[in-house]
Amino acid sequence: MKFGVIVFPGSNCDHDAYHVVSKHVGQPVDFVWHKETDLSGYDAVIIPGGFSYGDYLRAGALAQFSPVMKAVKDFAEKGKFVFGVCNGFQILCEADLLPGALMRNRNLHFVCQHVNIRVENGNTPYTSELVKNEVLTIPVAHAEGNYVCNDETFAQLESNNQIVFRYCDTNGEATDEANPNGSRSNIAGICNRRGNVLGMMPHPERACEELLGSNDGRDIFCSLTNAIAKSN
Amino acid sequence: MTSHNLTMKAKVYVTLKPSVLDPQGKAIHHSVELLGFENVADVRQGKYFEIALSSELSEPEAQTVVEKIAKDILANPVIEDYKVEIVQ
Repeated sequence: MKFGVIVFPGSNCDHDAYHVVSKHVGQPVDFVWHKETDLSGYDAVIIPGGFSYGDYLRAGALAQFSPVMKAVKDFAEKGKFVFGVCNGFQILCEADLLPGALMRNRNLHFVCQHVNIRVENGNTPYTSELVKNEVLTIPVAHAEGNYVCNDETFAQLESNNQIVFRYCDTNGEATDEANPNGSRSNIAGICNRRGNVLGMMPHPERACEELLGSNDGRDIFCSLTNAIAKSN
Repeated sequence: MTSHNLTMKAKVYVTLKPSVLDPQGKAIHHSVELLGFENVADVRQGKYFEIALSSELSEPEAQTVVEKIAKDILANPVIEDYKVEIVQ
């Protein structure tokens, strides 16, 4: 089993992701520079957070044209796992690997805080160690996390169980007050129809150690590791 | 043969779809009101691009090329509309 962490110019959560996979998940992992075109040695790739290409034009817009993204699309097509966090989620939406778009936060602030998210679907490769309605505490750090999509896309997301996480309060209620960015229907993370591509704004890689305030993120990485083991 | 090459220019306007909320436009509108401007009903923020094109292209060709650039890169069709103008 091998993980790759894609590195774009301006990625800055790549080392956090690498650290979690190597130290906590205990699996081999490489950094993969965005000019690479071959992902055949990997079982899962993480598209980390940061400010790829300085967020020029739109967050994630320019990264979708990096050479590695063609390989990422083929990789996803083959059913391999593609996990985008924060800027990674923005890139996956821009690259059309996930539907919808991430816009400027409703309050225009850069939000940097721990939030609660509720597991909406415990049957994805990323949530098998979790149960539906379980509440996780995971930090967010973004200015463009406001998920938008049209009604048709939203209906498809709901009917296919593609909404994986929603922002909620400590009781697990998806209230408007618990929504840090104005995302439609409190959406914090979605997967593609097949379930092998997941994008989420909160940073599970920053929530894998008690010292950092939460280790709720570990279950997501453990779920993914189990999914890879099963698929091999 | 003249060496005088007229460069063709494209102007591209990218705007949020009417159905998409624009928090930045709202904040600007608020400041406009604070400045004392009355009768301003709404402000929507967009992006403007100037693209210089090689003069070998005909105007319809330029229109086609820039439309494709706007669709593939400059605008995100999920949330934005675009308008292309070719000027000599």
